[in-house]
Amino acid sequence: MKQLNISDYPQQADLKERIVNFFMKFGTLLALGLIIVFFSLTNEQFLTYGNITDILRSISIVTLVAIGVTFSMIVGGFDLSVGSTVSLATVASGALLVWHSQELLVVLIVPLVLGALIGLINAFIVVKIRIPDLIGTLAVMYIINGVHLTYTKGYSIYGNMPMPDGSGTAPGIFIPAFQFIGQGRLFNIPFPVILMVVIVALVHLFLNYTRAGRLFYMTGGNKEAARLSGVPVNRYRTYAYVISGVFAALAGIVLAARIGTGQVSAGDPLLMDGVAAALIGYSVFGAGKPNVIGTFVGAIIIGILLNGLTMMNVPYYAQDIIKGGILVGALALTYFRKKE
Amino acid sequence: MSLLQVQQLTKSFGPVDVLKQVDFSVEPGEVHALLGVNGAGKSTLVKILSGDYEKDSGIIQINGEEVHFTSPSEAQAKGIAIVVQEVDTGLIPNLPVVENLTLDLTVGGKNSRPISWKKRRRIAKERLAKVNTHIPLNQLTEDCTLSQKQMILLARAVASEAKIIIFDEPTAPLSDHETKQLFQVIEELKTQGIGMIYISHRMQEISQIAERMTVMRDGKAVAVYETGKVSSEEVIQTMLGKQLHKADYHHRKISGETIFEIDHLSVPETGKQVSLTVGAGEIVGVAGLVGAGKSETANAIFGVTNAKGKWFVNGHSVSIKSPSHAVNAGLSFIPEERRKSGVMIESSVQENLSLPALKSFSPAGWINRRKEHQSALQQIEELGIVTSSPKALLKHLSGGNQQKVSIGKWLNHDSNVFIFDEPTKGIDIGAKNDVFRLITHLADQGKGILYFTSEFDELLQIADRILVMADGEITDEMQNQEATEARLMTAATGGNAVETAEYKRLSATGRP
Repeated sequence: MKQLNISDYPQQADLKERIVNFFMKFGTLLALGLIIVFFSLTNEQFLTYGNITDILRSISIVTLVAIGVTFSMIVGGFDLSVGSTVSLATVASGALLVWHSQELLVVLIVPLVLGALIGLINAFIVVKIRIPDLIGTLAVMYIINGVHLTYTKGYSIYGNMPMPDGSGTAPGIFIPAFQFIGQGRLFNIPFPVILMVVIVALVHLFLNYTRAGRLFYMTGGNKEAARLSGVPVNRYRTYAYVISGVFAALAGIVLAARIGTGQVSAGDPLLMDGVAAALIGYSVFGAGKPNVIGTFVGAIIIGILLNGLTMMNVPYYAQDIIKGGILVGALALTYFRKKE
Repeated sequence: MSLLQVQQLTKSFGPVDVLKQVDFSVEPGEVHALLGVNGAGKSTLVKILSGDYEKDSGIIQINGEEVHFTSPSEAQAKGIAIVVQEVDTGLIPNLPVVENLTLDLTVGGKNSRPISWKKRRRIAKERLAKVNTHIPLNQLTEDCTLSQKQMILLARAVASEAKIIIFDEPTAPLSDHETKQLFQVIEELKTQGIGMIYISHRMQEISQIAERMTVMRDGKAVAVYETGKVSSEEVIQTMLGKQLHKADYHHRKISGETIFEIDHLSVPETGKQVSLTVGAGEIVGVAGLVGAGKSETANAIFGVTNAKGKWFVNGHSVSIKSPSHAVNAGLSFIPEERRKSGVMIESSVQENLSLPALKSFSPAGWINRRKEHQSALQQIEELGIVTSSPKALLKHLSGGNQQKVSIGKWLNHDSNVFIFDEPTKGIDIGAKNDVFRLITHLADQGKGILYFTSEFDELLQIADRILVMADGEITDEMQNQEATEARLMTAATGGNAVETAEYKRLSATGRP
């Protein structure tokens, strides 16, 4: 076959088109596959049950934060305050346990309510006062950071710690029932992993099969058209920020239970990882929009990278370079042809 | 010798000839008005003169010297300046007035010497004085009124030593008082020998300020008149050309019951009040020129903007403070800016069609996707929407098919009243006929239709009753049988709007 027929050209063009489409759709999953193959070839410990559950457990917290971020992105907004909300929830549950010896239920409910309140504040600032979302939630991020540091006077909270004001030792400890949330296992699967998978599934069903989920997407798709179709868009934007705050608070609770202390500023690194996971999610299956399955895949990619790179003794401060690179690649897959 | 002499000017966009051998001239110290219906070629002519477009052929002479522009800056260098209708496009909003007035010194300066603010302020003051205007120099331009912004543009044009100044509908956003001020400045400019081209629809103003007028129609300059030597009826007849025959309109029987009424609705953007009624099964057209306040009124009726007044649906008073109230009250709205506010172009056909009535597809909160899909398939069939599948994204559809979706999405919703704003904008003739059929079909089912448009021939074809809007107010009302394009145009241009005897005469003569 030396000679080219004229009829070959359209087929070639078609093939090129199909290859591009394939990468737009499956490029991110392909990259995930390649990363797994690479790490399992270079390290025999990588594909063990223990390591896989480790990875999943480590990403469970990021995934929860990222789901919240996904909600704010679905309505066309952005929530930069999630990291500080995680910190506040971590400290709040620690303080309730250690300083106030509260029961499990209180320790769960109070941080979640705080998360919802922060969401309402964000919504008030962004939806009502109309400060642009990036700036408005950035300001809230600072405020919440300051609040949780002020509350703990900068100390991390652990069982029977000396009180910051010098009035002896704290009465409470991190009770086992609470620690189970972060460290327990059901059927030999870490509890936070089960929690994460169930929540991802529920949120996926909610967003794709319920009226409310559809209206979230419609609000973000075209606010004005949605409004003129009778959708109360500001209400849905408010819901999205509240949901974002609640998920960040839930992540904070799991984080506190996992490390067994109320660590100040513990949520800071989760903001960027959560945002990155949600943005990588745009490209999964070529969705081109925020979606929870994509967010989950994004969190897995980030988790596997961190785990594998750590096993290869890549210092943690160099890992951000690779995270950023992956993010650029995923965004390129999403936006490369959007201009048309 | 004329200041500006245009001969045999021709311009086409692809196969469409938009200017056909146009002759046109402006004398020093003259205001020459340019008239014509939408699409007559006025703005193309003006855009060639101001350097926005290049001419295909023909001669443009300024003071006898032939010129050829390939960019707006070349036109400015030859002394042609334009005061655009969209004043904001010519100004930088977040700079103070002084900087916008002296923008040429910032942008055109060849050396990089530091700016002398004292000198700047002095120059700015002088420039404002030349147009008899006072605006605080430190005020931010975005805080200026429309009239002030216009004066800044005009002051800049005068300062550039323009010999010819083009005004594009300058008085549309102005109050009576501001219009008077502008006219004083124009009279002043006349005495300085500046020639002006004045685009307007307002007959009274033209007779007041212009020396001559050229009427354009279908890309040709069909007549030149001296003001005062021609009646406005004659000018309007020339603008319209041959009367459109109305054979297409079929008289429809209307029950006479009022299905929708608005009473003294204050429209925020126009500052005017509107009252109107729509009968069950009646198609009420609202005719008005571009800028007459039609979209603003339609938006106010649907609760998009915060309007005050009374709404009655089926005789019951309803309060409409937001579009969702309007939807709940049984109103449907097909807005003018389809891609911006009518449909979701990044969503599928199916998701667009089900949106307003999503509740009926999800009684318990869970969307019945099969029902949604079936309903979409049925609507695609009934409305003749051309799409590869209900799941295709709307951005892949043509404008006409997007418009069918924009209308079709309301059909699942239990609406009594449909409000259309320029529904045929940007769609082809086939889709236009489909849209008309759909609207007539809705009316036949007893729905009330409000149809806002600047395409008067459409109303003659489809509307049972026609209201005419000018400056945000309803200036005339007629049954279809009484309507002629001439009468619509007269009322829309603010001509003798109340002298009914005049209309009768026009109607009698204007009929084919």
